[in-house]
Amino acid sequence: MATIINIPHEKALEVKDFQFTYNGTTEPSLKEISMPIAKNSITALIGPSGCGKTTLLRSFNRMHDLYPGNRYEGLIEFKGRNILEPKEDLIQLRTCIGMIFQKPTAFPMSIYDNVAYGLRLQGIKNRSELNDRVEKALQDAAIWKEVSSRLKHDANGLSGGQQQRLCIARAIAVEPEVLLFDEPTSALDPISTQGIEKLVIELKEKVSIIIVTHNMQQAARVSDYTGFMYLGELIELGITEELFVTPKERLTEEYITGKFG
Amino acid sequence: MSNIIDKVFEHSTRIIAFSVLLIVAWIFTVLFQNSLDSMQAFGFDFITDTKWAPNLEKFGALPAIMGSVISTFLAMVLAVPVAIGVAIFLSEIAPEKLKSPIGVSIELLAAIPSVIYGMWGLFYFVPIIRDIFGGLGIGMLTAGIVLAIMILPFMAAVTRDAMDTTPDILKESAYALGGTKWDVIKDIIIPYAKAGIIGSMILALGRAIGETMAVTFVMGNVHKISLAITAPATSIPVTLANEFTEADTELYFSSLFELSFILLLISFTIISIAKFYFLRKTRRA
Ligand SMILES: Nc1ncnc2c1ncn2[C@@H]1O[C@H](COP(=O)(O)OP(=O)(O)O)[C@@H](O)[C@H]1O
Ligand SMILES: [Mg+2]
Repeated sequence: MATIINIPHEKALEVKDFQFTYNGTTEPSLKEISMPIAKNSITALIGPSGCGKTTLLRSFNRMHDLYPGNRYEGLIEFKGRNILEPKEDLIQLRTCIGMIFQKPTAFPMSIYDNVAYGLRLQGIKNRSELNDRVEKALQDAAIWKEVSSRLKHDANGLSGGQQQRLCIARAIAVEPEVLLFDEPTSALDPISTQGIEKLVIELKEKVSIIIVTHNMQQAARVSDYTGFMYLGELIELGITEELFVTPKERLTEEYITGKFG
Repeated sequence: MSNIIDKVFEHSTRIIAFSVLLIVAWIFTVLFQNSLDSMQAFGFDFITDTKWAPNLEKFGALPAIMGSVISTFLAMVLAVPVAIGVAIFLSEIAPEKLKSPIGVSIELLAAIPSVIYGMWGLFYFVPIIRDIFGGLGIGMLTAGIVLAIMILPFMAAVTRDAMDTTPDILKESAYALGGTKWDVIKDIIIPYAKAGIIGSMILALGRAIGETMAVTFVMGNVHKISLAITAPATSIPVTLANEFTEADTELYFSSLFELSFILLLISFTIISIAKFYFLRKTRRA
């Protein structure tokens, strides 16, 4: 029923017959989802509010495990294994698959300590190695110039856009292979949004990216592939230009032409 | 018509609010006035002198002040770590099903009148201390333990509330970087809730230092500074509770008032620090 293209790229992740059911509900919130996630590319997930974009995104780093009673079925393959297996080491998984949230989430500590946080969790204590990697991450997140003179200051003193870039720096400092973005610009002004979008595009050289957005223009601007979701199902996955110009599914067409949403 | 009711309501609530302020000012004035005799007789020596001898008309408050400070300090040393542990358990570790029943029991414990802690301390705790350390079993240590048990539920409940204000998204961000539950507790939740936690500790401290009924039975009312925390001692509220009925001279009476004035100043300072400095932020949240 759904139209899922085959991607020519190497795959970072592969979702197969995936179902997800929240604790206390009988109806699965995600139904029979199968999709490839291309390596070193940006895959956008679009669809009306409540269609399951966040739920799908949070399955890739098993965030749902933080709350009891949620149920996964099917497969999500990552580096040759199914990460939905109960024996999966979640600490290790989350250092490989990082996440950026809807709102900036600077920790109550200094700018430096925020970026060093994930590195320290991995047991890196060497001062000069920490310094180097913090600086590199801040540079890659295009915020080094703004904060280099005040690394010891409280991160909560930064603006929203700066905080979001700090969160990106914090996530890339541990050198993940995949980055998950959940509407990363929904709390930001247009200028900061532009900055984040530019940054996301630059990042795909090093990581594979999945970005959830309710903003179709954003998906069109940044992504290589776009998946359209509706009522817990993936309706269509295609090359971004093709999906927006010549959608294969009627639902996709209706959504992108604004007939509902 | 409804306009008039509003006006009446507005004015009467304002009068009530101001009368609270007036009562505070009134209590301060009464305590201060009644302390004047003692202040004139002893000056600053009242606070530094260790001899409290009513029959000689000699009043030095240091043993009582020290007793209050040390028993409260002991109580805090014992209660703070346990309260933080209980709060962490309730806010992060306990399964959802247990959170509410345990939380409610702790809030109920916090509502037990302090005289009951005092009686329980006298009949069940004093013998234990006596068996372990010898002596009478009453004194600073026993008082400290009873105070610790008394303030623990309040401290744990408020600390849990402070920890619960940590936004989920902040905790999730730390988990998303590969943090364990323990990492998230120590690096995110405790720093985030720090002001609220310290504020609640200080409020508990304020309550412990002024506590009378829980410690009256187990302290001893002996005006002596002893190196042994197991020896009988006294504290400001214990002295007040035991001696007002015996105050047969003006100066004795006035000295007790000065003691209470000192206690009021200490409590006021502590609670102001907690409320205006530490609890300012959590209020907003
Ligand atoms: N914690 C939860 N428990 C139960 N149902 C949830 C929970 N979170 C989300 N849902 C439901 O799952 C569906 C998908 O939600 P979500 O993934 O947040 O959608 P989107 O991100 O596309 O707006 C919605 O119907 C929502 O009501
Ligand atoms: Mg969402």
